Amino acid sequence: MSDKPRPNPTVAEIFLGFFTIGVCGFGGVLPWARRTILETRRWLTPQEFTELLGFCQFMPGGNIMNVAVALGSRFRGVPGAVAALVGLMAAPVTIVILLGAVYDEYKDVPQVKHAFEALAAAGAGMLIATSIKIAAPLKGRWLAIAMTAITFAAIAVLRLPLVVTMPAMAAASTLVLWRFAR
Amino acid sequence: MNPTLALALLFGQLSLLAFGGANSILPDLQRQVVGQGWMGAHEFAALFALAQAAPGPNMMVVSLIGWRVAGLTGALVSTVAIAGPTSVLTYLTAGAWFRLRDRPWRKAIQAGLLPVTIGLVMASAALITVSTTIHWQAGAITAAVALLVYFTRYHPLLILAGAAALGALGFAG
Repeated sequence: MSDKPRPNPTVAEIFLGFFTIGVCGFGGVLPWARRTILETRRWLTPQEFTELLGFCQFMPGGNIMNVAVALGSRFRGVPGAVAALVGLMAAPVTIVILLGAVYDEYKDVPQVKHAFEALAAAGAGMLIATSIKIAAPLKGRWLAIAMTAITFAAIAVLRLPLVVTMPAMAAASTLVLWRFAR
Repeated sequence: MNPTLALALLFGQLSLLAFGGANSILPDLQRQVVGQGWMGAHEFAALFALAQAAPGPNMMVVSLIGWRVAGLTGALVSTVAIAGPTSVLTYLTAGAWFRLRDRPWRKAIQAGLLPVTIGLVMASAALITVSTTIHWQAGAITAAVALLVYFTRYHPLLILAGAAALGALGFAG
């Protein structure tokens, strides 16, 4: 294990690796990213992957897009980062546009219209489940729950813009939790 | 304003605010997109769901809106605008982040951002649900899918396909 050489993929290999992740990632890219990066290509150790993911979840933007940029640039600088990102996005963007074209063509057919109404409702349900799942670490931490509630109210009830809410709440939450919840 | 330019400005601005990905910018996105007269709130929700059915990062709704508003150019411009600023930031900070990983302030910021991100995603879920619940059947589908996704390990694509089939068969009409 430890005597294997450090991986040193080429720009083309980086592109192909992330292309695989993008094209396979139906219903969530993360399992595929883990599988490709750790098992198929052995670019990172599990420990390295977890640390990289932690960073990428912390940064704004799609976390898997950040993984692509950070990993691509670690191996091959700017060309590696661009190859990873373009590889990741190429297939999904094409597929989503094809889906959009189908929607556009048939959205006035009653059955299709109803299918899309149901699909939209299902999308909302998935988002609700996601929001409950990611809230698990808040359990029993009342100050953090209060910060979540204030953020929720600012956006969903008061309809304040994100550009005001996000920086203000990030600062407030960091200070309050650091001061009172350590 | 030229719609392509408007898309570039909108997504460029939202890029650095998208903590947790597209899910946290949905309320602002919906307001801007509907406010510009590009589409109604319900069509926005349908496109969001459609993007969930595509593979790839959870940012696909951005490419789809770009395509809907300004065709292929719109899709490419929107994708680049949402990915560009955060990618540059990630590129510039990745090294420093791993050097500073044990500093207390880094952990404090990480701990502080978590509840905010959760609040943003919950707000998105609430607002999207409001725009998709156009009749009680839609509300029932939303509730059923939320429970299925939360409590079971069925593939998300299977669940979405099942819901769409129910709709096509007339359940949600």
